[in-house]
Amino acid sequence: METKKLQQIANEVRKSIVTEVYCAGAAHPGGSLSLADVLTYLYFEEMNTDPSDPGAPDRDRLVLSKGHASPALYAVLAEKGFIPKEDLKTLRKIDSYLQGHPDMKHTSGLDMSTGSLGQGISAGVGMALAAKMDGKNYRTYVICGDGEMEEGQIWEAMMFAGHHRLDNFVVIIDVNELQIDGTLDQVVDPRPLDKKTEAFGFHTITADGHDMDQLRKAFREAREIKGQPSAIILNTVKGKGVSYMENQVGWHGKAPDDKQYEQAMNELREAGEALCQK
Amino acid sequence: MSEVKKIATRESMGDALAELGKEKDNVVVLDADLAGATQTIRFKNVFPDRFIDCGIAEANMMGIAAGLATAGKVPFVSTFAMFAAGRAFDQIRNSIAYPKIGVKIAATHGGVSVGEDGATHQCNEDFALMRVIPGMTVMCPSDDIEAKAMIKAAYEIDGPVYMRFGRYPVPVINDNDDYRFEAGKGIVMRDGKDMTIIANGILVGEALEAAEKLAEKDGIDTAVINMHTIKPLDEELVLKYAQKTGRIVTVEEHSVIGGLGSAVAEFISSKAPVTVQRIGMNDCFGRSGKAEELLHAYRLDAEGIYEQIR
Repeated sequence: METKKLQQIANEVRKSIVTEVYCAGAAHPGGSLSLADVLTYLYFEEMNTDPSDPGAPDRDRLVLSKGHASPALYAVLAEKGFIPKEDLKTLRKIDSYLQGHPDMKHTSGLDMSTGSLGQGISAGVGMALAAKMDGKNYRTYVICGDGEMEEGQIWEAMMFAGHHRLDNFVVIIDVNELQIDGTLDQVVDPRPLDKKTEAFGFHTITADGHDMDQLRKAFREAREIKGQPSAIILNTVKGKGVSYMENQVGWHGKAPDDKQYEQAMNELREAGEALCQK
Repeated sequence: MSEVKKIATRESMGDALAELGKEKDNVVVLDADLAGATQTIRFKNVFPDRFIDCGIAEANMMGIAAGLATAGKVPFVSTFAMFAAGRAFDQIRNSIAYPKIGVKIAATHGGVSVGEDGATHQCNEDFALMRVIPGMTVMCPSDDIEAKAMIKAAYEIDGPVYMRFGRYPVPVINDNDDYRFEAGKGIVMRDGKDMTIIANGILVGEALEAAEKLAEKDGIDTAVINMHTIKPLDEELVLKYAQKTGRIVTVEEHSVIGGLGSAVAEFISSKAPVTVQRIGMNDCFGRSGKAEELLHAYRLDAEGIYEQIR
């Protein structure tokens, strides 16, 4: 798929994220918007998935270890056709299957339930290990937050994946540099992530998480690597695409009011129009 | 007593996994650097390619098991009860039970009978921790025969299972022809009309001895139920014996808070209130010592049970 088309889908995903969070009245827009591009790339270019057969044994897997970014994943699943787009407005509502954090039991296209940070990566490693044991070719992608790298279990999982040379496993780290209590360096800075992931046996790639061409290059490189897992460290902007949310720690976990919602949607509409004219 | 065959249920578990591995290709076993202690080594020796040593990283092990299960494996995960139910509680709850993934946790070294390692390694809280998780089946076998049957049953259960096996060798008490294991169904080991002891795990044998003594010395005709499944509790059987005998005593190698005793008391209090005396660890930590010394010190051997009841 050409880059411009991917960018257009990512822009639609951003609109959905903002709408989901607005309708829910609460959720995590910042860390969802920072993932809009990479999730779009994964589902529309990189991964082998089929909305008409979401449980296909040989499909590629994705685990959103930073489960609070569920609005981004739901938005991409809707764009891809796994779930109806109108259901996005039910996020976090009583009786909705779109839980605050991903629930694989009730949402088509989800490969794992996540939410308690640090856990999704282990499940992803288990999936990659199963592929190796069964001689299958599917790949497993796990998305972690940079703040999430503070969890000890992350490094248990990384050590295991490195030890077992799981070259069908890719961990994507969303480095937007913000966590709930502040910037990474104000809390407990997990960086340098390139050196740490390398030390754990990963082939490490760094890319701009909002540049489709860089994402394409990074994932192609990861696919070429044999004998070790890959870590793709994405430099991103928390709240990317909505001016007043960008790089603002306060937009980790709150919803826009009516006026803010209108402004966000206007900005995204303009961004979409600009993409059409390019 | 003459030559009584004694086997630690961890050994039975190891043998049963090796046996199950022969029948079922999708069985995999995970351990956290304790294969020799948990006895999963017996599976590893036969199926090295289906054995995954996760190293000393129990939280990660639970998640890996969940991932394997989503890809069609039936993982049996083993480590000490303390590090499974305790250390990895959040992982078991959120990565296994919440998504209803069929991981079978075969924990060993439960209770004070772990012995010399002392309190840090003696888990008396696992039934409570696992029982409170929605959809979790919780079981603990009384001997070798039951432990082996339990592993087979766990494979068939749709969903997560927690089982506790022991380090301390115990007599084989289920070696009769009509023994049949069914998850969630208690077994009447001894009938009686005056009182019912509901026990599980390695204390079923001790409870039987205590019941014999109560009948002989005190004329209390005591029934003994082997409640190998703590959750789902065999409510029908509990109710029947509450009504029949009017008095219940629970016996377990676990805290009196949250385990089998609590499960029985919670149920019976709303259905057929009778006295429920809970025998177990009295809200305390264990300590180092030989298994039999500890069971005696905490009054969990036949003598201690008898005295606490009488």
